[in-house]
Amino acid sequence: MLFKNLNKVALALAMTLFLGACATQQATTTTTTTKGDDAYTGTVKFLADGVPDRVFFSTNKSELTSAATTTLGKQATYLKANPTLNVVLEGHADERGTREYNLALGERRATAAKNYLISNGVAANRIKVLSYGKEKPANPASNVLAWSQNRRTVTVKTN
Amino acid sequence: MKYKIFTILVLFFILSTKSFALVSVDITRGNLDPLPTAISDFYLDSKLADNIKNLKLESKIPELIQNNLSRSGLFFALEKKSFIQRPEPAHNKPRFEDWAFIKTQVLVTGKISLEKEGRLRVEFKLWDVVSATELSALAFYTTPDNWRRVSHMISDKIYERLTGEKGYFDSRIIYVSETGPKVEKKKRLAVMDQDGYGVKYLTLGNELVLTPRFSPTSQQVTYMSYFKNLPRVYLLNIETGIQDLVGDFPGMTFAPRFSPDGKKIIMSFAQEGNSDIYTMDIKTRVVEKLTDHPSIDTSPSYSPDGSYITFNSDRSGFQQIYTMKSDGTNVKRISFGEGLYGTPVWSPRGDLIAFTKLYRNKFYIGVMRSDGSGERLLTENYYQEAPSWAPNGRVLVFYRETASDSSGRGGGAKLWSIDLTGYNERLIQTPTDASDPSWSGLLSGK
Repeated sequence: MLFKNLNKVALALAMTLFLGACATQQATTTTTTTKGDDAYTGTVKFLADGVPDRVFFSTNKSELTSAATTTLGKQATYLKANPTLNVVLEGHADERGTREYNLALGERRATAAKNYLISNGVAANRIKVLSYGKEKPANPASNVLAWSQNRRTVTVKTN
Repeated sequence: MKYKIFTILVLFFILSTKSFALVSVDITRGNLDPLPTAISDFYLDSKLADNIKNLKLESKIPELIQNNLSRSGLFFALEKKSFIQRPEPAHNKPRFEDWAFIKTQVLVTGKISLEKEGRLRVEFKLWDVVSATELSALAFYTTPDNWRRVSHMISDKIYERLTGEKGYFDSRIIYVSETGPKVEKKKRLAVMDQDGYGVKYLTLGNELVLTPRFSPTSQQVTYMSYFKNLPRVYLLNIETGIQDLVGDFPGMTFAPRFSPDGKKIIMSFAQEGNSDIYTMDIKTRVVEKLTDHPSIDTSPSYSPDGSYITFNSDRSGFQQIYTMKSDGTNVKRISFGEGLYGTPVWSPRGDLIAFTKLYRNKFYIGVMRSDGSGERLLTENYYQEAPSWAPNGRVLVFYRETASDSSGRGGGAKLWSIDLTGYNERLIQTPTDASDPSWSGLLSGK
């Protein structure tokens, strides 16, 4: 099945992206400039040193990958260490779906991340979810790499 | 916002004889052989003041009618220069031999004269050249600045007389105007006549707005806005500009549409990762939950009689199209083809459901019967979705987005229309990029 294969490719891409992001982060901590890199391998930002701000999903899915739970685990630790901090989880989808379904999918993805943070001890009242569907891509290109970067939930500090 | 919706009065019929049309247009198949039609310039009453003569309505009105009829794909307008008879005698007593000579089957003529208080009387006649008879004639009274609407209403009368079906020219389309870079698009609600003229912007673009839909019965629109970063469904009266939040939901509401009587809004409400379908009565504010399933249920659309609802759900594991009774019972999956299905929208004629399909990384606009049989794909592209029906159920408008390059440039959305037959695909010109079109009902009523 074409769709299944695509999913696998996308999942693999999301994982390499994530690993790539970690590598980039290590590079920045050793003060190597990453500005010359392809602008779109660097969509990941950081809430704090070693705490990536986003997790990625495979096509039409909202299940957390093991890479995602690793990231969310770090976010939970960070949020528990900074108890006055509140966040909004912004759920996104790639452009290869209908607008309305993608809004729902973004909400489902953000909620999956929220539930993981809660189960790791972050108080529910510190977390809001906000779905943007396909409205705010991190990478505006129309290719498999961009789509995998756009299927994401981003944790944004609100205070 | 002021719209002169009701300023045109159809005052009297001057139908001389109810003659039977020999010419007619079959719109049930792809029309590869459009009907040859001559639309004569109208003639101006000599008593008209110069300021009205300067408007050149005697040629502008027929040009607009010609544009409408040609764009429908059902009519082939003959060149004005080939016409032998002048507008005035043609209107009063056409020499059918002259018109048959240029091989037209249909002739449209008209006359513009002055009424009291600066109002105009615009009269048209439709002639069957083959049988040498008058098919219909009608006069409209209006102010000169309203000539476009009169032209659209005349176009509808001609379309109706020759096809046997209601027209759709006297209608409007609401859509989302898009400007700026793809990662941060500025989106505004915009409304225009169905032929793309008279674009008016209804919001400033300070917040993201999506999926506007016309009320079938009033000048109201329901849409989704991220006002104050709270994505919610709103109601907007486009005449008064008054806006209202729809319901009091503790989370995102989206995918709104009106019920066919205009009294309810049906939409999705997302909570805890689950989207279900709700209705809200606009007057009483009573909210009803129609689906209760842990999957995503969205994109609801009523059947024209209000007794059924079609919607999009991934309860089977993938996005598919379902129908249910309007009380939420009797849920049935109707799409079983390969690929994913979304945005079902019920035809105003009741027989068909238009949809978006994603199959092998291509997007299709298609139609199927309301029991899911007879699926027909009308158009294939990189990305397109969100079909909306013309009021007569013969034409669909949708938006198509082109792919952007690896630097994120070059992508953009435009509005397109296509006939139910899959023929006559046309770009609708808009001043900016455009998406999420929704067609109004006929402005002049049913």
